[in-house]
Amino acid sequence: MDFLIFKAPMLMVQASLDGILLGILFALIAYGMALQWGVMNIINIAQGDLVILGGYIAYTIYLWGIHPAWGVIISPIIMFFVGWGLYKLVINKVVDRDLFISILATFGIAIVFQQLMNFIFGADVVVAQSEYGTTMLFDNSVTLPNSKIFSAFISVLYAVALVIYMKKSRLGRAIRATAQNARAAKILGVDTEKVYAATFGINAALCGIAGALISITLTLHPYVGLPYTVRSFMIVIVAGLGNLPAVAVSGMGLGLFEEFADYILGTEFRIGAVFLLLVLILVYRRFKLSKKREYLK
Amino acid sequence: MEKVKQKDLILYSGLIILGLAAPYLFSAFKVQLTYLCVLIVLAMTWNLQGGEMGYNTFGNILFYGLGMYLTASVQVGMFFPLAEWTESGGEKTFVHTTAQYFQGIGVGLLVSAIVPAVIAGAIGYAILGLRGHYFAICTLGLGIAAGEIAGGIEIIGAGQGFTTPPFPAEIVDTEARGKFFYFLSFALLVGTFIFVKYIYGSRFKLILNAIRDNEDKAEAMGIQTMKYKIVGWMCSAFFCGLAGGIMGGLIGYIDSTDVAFDGREMGVFMVLMAILGGKGTLWGPVIGATLFHFFKEGLWTLILGWQYVALGVLIVVIVVYFPEGLMGWLREKYPERFGEVIDEKDRKAQVELK
Repeated sequence: MDFLIFKAPMLMVQASLDGILLGILFALIAYGMALQWGVMNIINIAQGDLVILGGYIAYTIYLWGIHPAWGVIISPIIMFFVGWGLYKLVINKVVDRDLFISILATFGIAIVFQQLMNFIFGADVVVAQSEYGTTMLFDNSVTLPNSKIFSAFISVLYAVALVIYMKKSRLGRAIRATAQNARAAKILGVDTEKVYAATFGINAALCGIAGALISITLTLHPYVGLPYTVRSFMIVIVAGLGNLPAVAVSGMGLGLFEEFADYILGTEFRIGAVFLLLVLILVYRRFKLSKKREYLK
Repeated sequence: MEKVKQKDLILYSGLIILGLAAPYLFSAFKVQLTYLCVLIVLAMTWNLQGGEMGYNTFGNILFYGLGMYLTASVQVGMFFPLAEWTESGGEKTFVHTTAQYFQGIGVGLLVSAIVPAVIAGAIGYAILGLRGHYFAICTLGLGIAAGEIAGGIEIIGAGQGFTTPPFPAEIVDTEARGKFFYFLSFALLVGTFIFVKYIYGSRFKLILNAIRDNEDKAEAMGIQTMKYKIVGWMCSAFFCGLAGGIMGGLIGYIDSTDVAFDGREMGVFMVLMAILGGKGTLWGPVIGATLFHFFKEGLWTLILGWQYVALGVLIVVIVVYFPEGLMGWLREKYPERFGEVIDEKDRKAQVELK
């Protein structure tokens, strides 16, 4: 454990920029989580594995010789149907049930996904080379891969597009109506079953975009899905459901926390720090609420 | 009443005789039988939380892993420098004598029971204030964080793992190691069963049920729910720690994420077994664990490589289609056998309502 970061201020800038750019990506995944949680009342443990699957789709087209950046268009399209299929197969049976049932069922799905990805893509750590080069700042003391800037830009673009779509389109309005009151929406002629399937599909598509971006900025491995689930869960409980600016801010906050934890505690404790932060946030909120004799709902 | 007790007596003595004779009858399966005992203990203690108290935890793996590391560390640390042992295969340079080995594992198991219980008590107030799925996710995070952090600590072997002391070579009987661990785990199983059975006959169980059914009302009735929740968790931690300690000695090698804090296997198994058998019943977890173990051992080798896919599918199927478990299904089918009195008129009215 060395505190190099406090001796070199440029490292601090480096970590901050990395963290913010990474955090925007996390916020995109968390937005999908918030969407399905808010609309269907489901906590999807397989969220991270959907992300990784999306990443592997981008990696596959990279292996075919297509530039991996096209993954941000191809991957969400495929992932939308994966999500739709998953909904029809399993999720529709757990929508109205206890949340623990959905947690366990999606845990099962996560295990299946991990193992299948392990079979298909192998257990190696892979990365798709975008060959975007790097940007040097402050006399070359801060290096910023252009792929990270690209990923943050694409994330923002998609998030904004989705917000507009949710506000303006027919399906978007149906989704919001279902989230407010599923029964009333049903009475007024909304096909909630279809809305749920579409919501889960959109969530999976968001995961696909995030995964494609991760394939060029970070690394892919079949078993690293769960940290992404936990990160998005954490962002959602800090920001609340349906509060998009807060999701973006807390996503960036998480990114910053991670980069600094990486420098200060060492890389081997990075994932541990993320999970521990989740516990600390939950405990903090629990104590704050218990003063009012309430609890997290 | 007298008759029922006699029946129980025959059942229990039969099971105990079977348990004592098992390592001689199925000599080749001693390791599997030890696993079975540990699995049943884990399922029963999980059931105290998930089934009786309604706090679905993924975090009992924390105590299991802690127990594993503690037993091995104490067993080594009592006689040799721990850091040197883990650094470069200390088991080759330092050899436990027979007496040292058994003293070490005895003290180690004692520590591995008490420390997790104390830790459960210490963090219980903070963690058990969460409810429902927040509790589930929080404990999931706790278990994984523990694994990741243990994988970064040098003195217990960090990423390369920790070899537990080998069974003393002075004992020439090749069967001795298997028997020792089997009887250890069987004793733990009997102890756990007696304890859980005692709880099932006590007021404590009713309080846990009250917490499960409606915590706010239980509190309004004057029950200090937090106190009971913490005590319940400590009980689980006690037995999970012991189970982990025995498992560590049996496996002989501790890895932070694949053996000790193995949320992907043990952590899910204990939940699955309890649900398969039927949570909230005394015998459910026992039956569930036994069935699961047979299923697993029977199929695992047939579908080599696909076992995790099968496990995932199994989880989904059980959870989605079979959430009440075997005992729940039996209860629905033969309610009289469970001492439930059903009013025919009431039942008819229910059917009509549907």
